Amino acid sequence: MALYSRSGRPRPQSGGTEVAIWYFMRLSGVALFVLALTHFSVQHFLSDPKDQTADWIFADAWNNALRRGLDWLMLVIVVGHMTLGMRTVTMDYLKGGKRVLALSALWLAAALVLTMGTVVVATVKLPGN
Amino acid sequence: MLAWAFHRISGIGIFAFVLLHVFDIFLAGADPKAYDDLLTFYASTLGRMMEVLIGAALFYHSLNGIRILIMDFWPRMTAYHKQIWYANWVIFLGVGLPGAFIIMRPALGL
Repeated sequence: MALYSRSGRPRPQSGGTEVAIWYFMRLSGVALFVLALTHFSVQHFLSDPKDQTADWIFADAWNNALRRGLDWLMLVIVVGHMTLGMRTVTMDYLKGGKRVLALSALWLAAALVLTMGTVVVATVKLPGN
Repeated sequence: MLAWAFHRISGIGIFAFVLLHVFDIFLAGADPKAYDDLLTFYASTLGRMMEVLIGAALFYHSLNGIRILIMDFWPRMTAYHKQIWYANWVIFLGVGLPGAFIIMRPALGL
């Protein structure tokens, strides 16, 4: 079977982790279709970068537990989707030591981004608190 | 093949942007002044052009992702892969061009 079909990556026949990843990419993709496109639209069509100062983030956008929670949910899903996507890309082009090195850097970047995002969502105080 | 190549290129671009974006939001908490300085760049003409680019990558990747899902979970639709691909471009341009205009409007003085 060809590595890539008309659609995308055919469902792996090996089973186990690879099939789980294949399903995860599709499920998380649907979630991100909604979350990421909504996020982009709100930030750029309903609001404008010139007004999105740090003060605005904390006094307005993130002065709302639901919106903060949704942004954190999007962070978790996007880190999973982008890390596993880049894993597929890495494994397509690199072998042996280079692959190990690139994948290690990828996992490290994923852990760092997840940590930094979680820290800022969780630690910035709501105004009035 | 082209759909696949664009999907991969846009995916890698979005990956790079997400790293930057989490870093800038972290900065908003850690050093609000530095974040506001960075924001001045985001709101500049060059910054807006980059936002249109990242928006295009995100929108293409989202639409093509749906095309992949349709064919993966409804294999008979694979016969119509070209039509779905064209429909994607109609939506991409129909929604994307007005979107790009809204983002660029302040830079154009409109």
